[in-house]
Amino acid sequence: MTALKGRAWKFGDGVSTDQIAPGRYFHLRSNLPELAKHVLEDARADFAPNVKPGDIVVAGKNFGLGSSREHAPIIIKMVGVGAVLARSFARIFYRNAINIGLPAIMCDTTQIDDGDRVEVDMAIGTILNVTRGVRISFRPLPDIMGKILEEGGLVKYVQKHGDLELAK
Amino acid sequence: MGKTMSEKIIGEHAGRPASTGETVIAKVDLCFTHDASGPLLIWQLKELGMSISNPRNAIFFIDHAVPAPRRENANDQKTVRDFAGKHGAGFSESGEGICHQLVVEDYALPGQIILGTDSHTVTAGALGAFATGMGATDMAVAMALGKTWLRVPETLSVRVSGELRRGCFSKDVALYLIGMFGSEGANYRAIEFSGSAIGGMRMSERLTLSNMVVEAGAKAGLIPTDGETRRFLDERGRGSFREIGQDSDADFEDVFDIEAANLRPMVALPDSVDNVKPIDEIGEVKVDLVFIGSCTNGRIDDLRIAARILSGRRLHRGTRLVITPSSRRTLMEAAKDGTLHALLLSGASVTPPGCGVCFGALGGVPADGENIITSTNRNFKARTGNPEARTYLASPATCAATAIKGIISDPSEYL
Repeated sequence: MTALKGRAWKFGDGVSTDQIAPGRYFHLRSNLPELAKHVLEDARADFAPNVKPGDIVVAGKNFGLGSSREHAPIIIKMVGVGAVLARSFARIFYRNAINIGLPAIMCDTTQIDDGDRVEVDMAIGTILNVTRGVRISFRPLPDIMGKILEEGGLVKYVQKHGDLELAK
Repeated sequence: MGKTMSEKIIGEHAGRPASTGETVIAKVDLCFTHDASGPLLIWQLKELGMSISNPRNAIFFIDHAVPAPRRENANDQKTVRDFAGKHGAGFSESGEGICHQLVVEDYALPGQIILGTDSHTVTAGALGAFATGMGATDMAVAMALGKTWLRVPETLSVRVSGELRRGCFSKDVALYLIGMFGSEGANYRAIEFSGSAIGGMRMSERLTLSNMVVEAGAKAGLIPTDGETRRFLDERGRGSFREIGQDSDADFEDVFDIEAANLRPMVALPDSVDNVKPIDEIGEVKVDLVFIGSCTNGRIDDLRIAARILSGRRLHRGTRLVITPSSRRTLMEAAKDGTLHALLLSGASVTPPGCGVCFGALGGVPADGENIITSTNRNFKARTGNPEARTYLASPATCAATAIKGIISDPSEYL
């Protein structure tokens, strides 16, 4: 996987799936391009209109808490976000993001400000904050999740292996 | 070393002993989805090029926006209905009720592994099952292969002893615990409940406790089976009771002892479920809208408590009360025993069984700048359909007392 580069969009702690994909747009759940126009709208109204492909979402603790709606990571990926970095993730969001091939990386995001240029190297496990000249390391994903992400998500993983397999 | 309930159940389904921290492939007993995630799950099954391996263990519920308020919802529901029919899977029609309520009434059994495409799948943990929420893609794979991968979670043991004081309910215990843990204090972990206060709770109250564990981030909220579990299953004509509990020398990550008598009615303040305070410490909070319902607190016992408080009284002028029974069965019981009559007489509006009001998809939306108090599970910004409103969470009793007074009120004076 090549390095991801983009502008950091900074969010706080506890961004819920209700803020990522609000319930009032429930009727758009089978119209993901339309739903994606409202991504993270209630956390930061300037995000959806201005996000560019390759940009990076950078958040505090417990990103994605709440509902199991997989639409949340899907619409983040759909607007071109290359990765979500957070100090921690809520369990279901974390699994969902990896399952749909959106890198979700736990790291010290206090060293990244809004608007910083950020490069993520999945292979080495480091993030370079180009703007501040700071390097942040992160731990690789747990085995099976790393493999699922590497192979482009859970659907592709199961298509390839025909089954779920634990690393030997 | 003894075992936690999660270790026992996951081990049985992995075909080998499983210890905390290990990742295993486990067989799944029951998979379910609903109109909110079903269309995406069906899409992912098609992408996989696979079908449901055991349709009898897969259930499709229509509960999230019922009756369909818009063409888009109706079309999603048709997708789910048609797919379930074509594949011979279990199906629950619009109006039957909330998936979690029906899962515990009709399907869940002690010792099972249950997956649902909904975070509140943890509800069935009150029956001694390992029940957890996952997304649509995980569920598509679980339905296709009949198994999933699971990391055996660390377990927090929560022992609640003694008796709750008048005006306090399991919802107050749940809110207290979430306030104590914080919204990610139990992330990736299981919570196992025990103690005399839990043993003394009816199943309806236990379900509320297990339901809310996800608000502290927990993966499951398990309660050992006992006579009450047996009574609940027998009442529904479902024989398959089995004993399952934790070993006292299990490898718990932490143990918490709570004295029930010390708790007061609790309220979660905007905009976070862990922003919890005892009701007597929140000052005077005017409320415009009250909602009683959801998989957390929309059961017949919840409606009966509300009716007992509201009986012979009227809603405060300017305060609205919306009530959604959790299932058709709940609504029918309420209609039969006078509960519904008392609620309607007080001025409440009653909506068909379902999830919609809780998450802002259907009715009961507050106006800009208004305060809403609900018996549900989340008060995140925008949860109730309006990011300019403020949402408080409390027990059905506190909600009912508040509907009478127009300010958030301790229910004990009415009980």
